[in-house]
Amino acid sequence: MNNLAPPEAVIKMYAAREEIYPREAKGRYATWRWICVWLTQLVFYGLPWLQWNGRQAVLFDLGARKFYIFGVVLWPQDFIYLAALLIICAYALFLVTAIAGRVWCGFACPQTVYTEIFLWVERKIEGTRSARMRLNKQPWSVARVIKKSAKHSVWGLVALWTGFTFVGYFTPVHALMAEVSSMGLGPWESFWILFYAFATYGNAGWMREQVCKYMCPYARFQSSMFDQDTLIVTYDKTRGEPRGARGRVTAGAQSLGACIDCSMCVQVCPTGIDIRQGLQYECIGCAACVDACNLVMTKIDAPPGLIRYATEHAITQRLSPKQIRQRVLRPRVLIYIGLLFLIVSAFSGALITRTPLKLDVIRDRGAMGREVEDGMIENVYRLQVMNTAETAHRYKIAVSGMPTISMASPDEVNLDGASSRAVPVRVRVDPKSGKAGSNKIFFTLTALDDAGLQVKENAVFFVPK
Amino acid sequence: MADFTSGFWSIYITVLTLLSIFGCGLLLWSQSRHKVVLPVDPLAATSITLDAPASAVAQVGTTGHVWDGDLTELNTPMPRWWMWLFYITIVFGLVYLVLYPGLGSYAGKLGWKSTGAYQDELKKADAQYGPLFDKYLQQDIKIVAADPQAHAIGERLFLTYCAQCHGSDARGSKGFPNLTDKDWLYGGAPDIIQTTILYGRHGQMPSMAAALGTDKDVENVAHYVLSLSGSTADPIKVIFGKAKFGSCAGCHGPGGVGNQALGAPNLTDKIWLYGGGVETIMETINKGRNNTMPAFKDFLGEAKVHVLAAYVWSLSNEKSNLYEQ
Repeated sequence: MNNLAPPEAVIKMYAAREEIYPREAKGRYATWRWICVWLTQLVFYGLPWLQWNGRQAVLFDLGARKFYIFGVVLWPQDFIYLAALLIICAYALFLVTAIAGRVWCGFACPQTVYTEIFLWVERKIEGTRSARMRLNKQPWSVARVIKKSAKHSVWGLVALWTGFTFVGYFTPVHALMAEVSSMGLGPWESFWILFYAFATYGNAGWMREQVCKYMCPYARFQSSMFDQDTLIVTYDKTRGEPRGARGRVTAGAQSLGACIDCSMCVQVCPTGIDIRQGLQYECIGCAACVDACNLVMTKIDAPPGLIRYATEHAITQRLSPKQIRQRVLRPRVLIYIGLLFLIVSAFSGALITRTPLKLDVIRDRGAMGREVEDGMIENVYRLQVMNTAETAHRYKIAVSGMPTISMASPDEVNLDGASSRAVPVRVRVDPKSGKAGSNKIFFTLTALDDAGLQVKENAVFFVPK
Repeated sequence: MADFTSGFWSIYITVLTLLSIFGCGLLLWSQSRHKVVLPVDPLAATSITLDAPASAVAQVGTTGHVWDGDLTELNTPMPRWWMWLFYITIVFGLVYLVLYPGLGSYAGKLGWKSTGAYQDELKKADAQYGPLFDKYLQQDIKIVAADPQAHAIGERLFLTYCAQCHGSDARGSKGFPNLTDKDWLYGGAPDIIQTTILYGRHGQMPSMAAALGTDKDVENVAHYVLSLSGSTADPIKVIFGKAKFGSCAGCHGPGGVGNQALGAPNLTDKIWLYGGGVETIMETINKGRNNTMPAFKDFLGEAKVHVLAAYVWSLSNEKSNLYEQ
């Protein structure tokens, strides 16, 4: 052993973000991404403006605790549907990821979609990748200030409109529009519009790939859904290596591989990685490098697909596209499909057969049971009746479960659409027809104009000893 | 109480909170730079995972942790904005503790209190619904009773504040009067009902056992009381009981018709507050009764009581039932 201390260095445990200037990718996958951008944004920006039955078609009214989704009105009691919906989304994501990797990330994730929009604005104002890099190296000049402020203003407008639309899902959007134009926004509406706008501006304008790399939990566990038959954006090492610059020569006709090391795949990458180093957790599967490489391959008269969607097995075992397709239906995928099918059927079945009428029975605790004329025993209940339909109904209240049971109070009740009320009712029983103590009884509510609109709820009738 | 007024715990919490915050800050600052051993030693270099890009290893080194023989951990720096978020959180925490209560008994610059927040909510609700109640307060109770909206409000108030004793259907139970019949202890006129709710009632019947004499006398009087309402009673005992009823007549009147000024029940109907059996009546005579209806004036305010009184009055004075609006 020598006496020389091993070399030491002080490193910073926190590193500044390195600006990434993604080059614009053009090609099949870029087109698909733009289609996704248009579809998702048409839905997001357009949905709040649709009307249905004289109200906003999609409105999550948190104040009144009612969610309106076209013809369906969901109450807090319908929370199970939200849970089911989330489970469906999760399984759909698992399924898609197991088959085709992170296509959600690369094509439909809001972070990707808004980054794409913001990048488009950036490109329109500041120019191409190299122009943007030059601009940022320049000292501050009038031209630079104008370009930068123009970019941030447009970003700000898009972000504000996004924030406004977001709040429009929770408070009627037409009224919100009027409030905005008359500068009469409430404090919470202002806060959430600005908050969501700030989040959009910050995430799509500044954070970009940092969100995918450091914030997104999905990026961290997506690898557990991958296997060797999962489609991933991959570089065909055997065909590409050894890489190196060369002239326009037919691939394979010389010692160099197909990769000409033009670094286009790196330049277009929104997370700044080199796909040629293999599968990395930063790769969001956006296939921008596929588009870029195909363009280059076409230019040098080489077949495209040096970087392509392929599976690990496809690369190592030289599988044909048909063989790749044959391996899609493996047990893990079949299980995802099976579970997804089960949950979707249960969910839609429950949603279709859902009765827009709910009933809670609360027994009066003050008196266990009282004796009334003819020795009958009377119990008092409070029925919390909820008409979750949008139309008013008149309901008939019936009791059953004991031989002599009958309603002693009026047995019909009116309810407006999407409303609830507590109805006190009295129920009478001949004590000889039941045992002392608790007896199980049932309340049945039936709409007078629609016998299918019915709920049954059990309760307890108490006969004093 | 000394524990809470001595100031010790307040100081303890304050010191603990501030030490924790500054400790976090110190940890963050001290860990943002780190001395590492660069892997130039060929022996050390072999322990580095083969797949890790060589440039990354050279730049950041490893933490020195090795698993499964060859799995090492790179010392890749965290993003710097993350560090700033931590600092911002610390600043936010300190600003919060200056503005809001959190440091022991220190009340905070803004003087925020949970009771104050509750009072604000109440004030907001009063401002919203107050005009409606004020409108009803100006109206006669019988007119309010005929108003469907007031009826609905009254029903909700009743279900919230009155149903515990009088039942959701207002028909009462043992010891708690039925409000839907025409029999009233203190009177069923609108203004009397309102007075009852506003100021409460205290119904007292003393034990009459000593005044009446023997147990036999008590039983006889009980039978007489039963006979007053036309219920089945022993005729002999009724005759003896009638002779002793004088002690009761002071409150219930010579004929047992009761006295609403005192709250003494009418004994000549079949409506019983505690039950119409001989045993129960004897218990009442022997032990007396003591009944309290609380006052709601301070709790609900006159305007709400006005609507409530209208609702209660309507229960025994209207054909329309509870369910129609």
